Amino acid sequence: MSEFLNFHYDVDGDNFVSAGQASVQVKKNLRQLGLPTEVIRRVSIAMYEGEINMVIHANGGTADVDVYEDRIVIRLADKGPGIKDVALAMQEGFSTANENVRSLGFGAGMGLPNMKRYTDDMQIDTVVDVGTTITMTIRLA
Amino acid sequence: MTAAELIEKHGFHPIVLPDPERETEGCYIGDLLSWVMGKACAGNVWITIMSNVNTVAVASLSDVSLVLLAEGVTLEQSVAETALARGVNVASTDLPAFEAATAIAGDL
Repeated sequence: MSEFLNFHYDVDGDNFVSAGQASVQVKKNLRQLGLPTEVIRRVSIAMYEGEINMVIHANGGTADVDVYEDRIVIRLADKGPGIKDVALAMQEGFSTANENVRSLGFGAGMGLPNMKRYTDDMQIDTVVDVGTTITMTIRLA
Repeated sequence: MTAAELIEKHGFHPIVLPDPERETEGCYIGDLLSWVMGKACAGNVWITIMSNVNTVAVASLSDVSLVLLAEGVTLEQSVAETALARGVNVASTDLPAFEAATAIAGDL
């Protein structure tokens, strides 16, 4: 099916306190498209978690949201350290975030599990010392 | 009950109320932001002591009806302005989270 909209964002790696701007913008854009509230909620939370991960672990990256007639695809790409053990990273409660990050309310080890929880499909392509690309799909009923 | 009615009834301190007519439904208590995003439901009153700008982003994305800051926690002016701009209702109370939750339980 043909793609009809793409939103592209650069995620600033130094800007931890205001991280989430891309997700908030996506929420606005999807609302303008008239998508169901619950779909918007799922997309924006999954994307926010990914955005925060890129800021915490990878010094930023890029986020793309493609809106198709039957699905929304979120693609988050970074040139960070990669994920050494994906299965471990997917476990709720596992985190390598530092104390500063935790003091802001993050680093609970729920980011990747939430991204999986709120999307219908999630693929993690990661190479240590090269980077990580996460592709998430949310189907539209 | 709307966010404004809940605040009025229980004597909470309104900080910003861009959406006073928002219906409140259920409650979630927590300070770890990913837990909130994973567990809170749209329309919930979210009781927390976490008050940085990320709190506002999480409230907006999770679509909660009201952020209720417990234990007398307040918002910095710049964070309050962000909440206002993003349509996030925020109020505070001197009550601890448990007491605040039990106070409003019958209204949700």
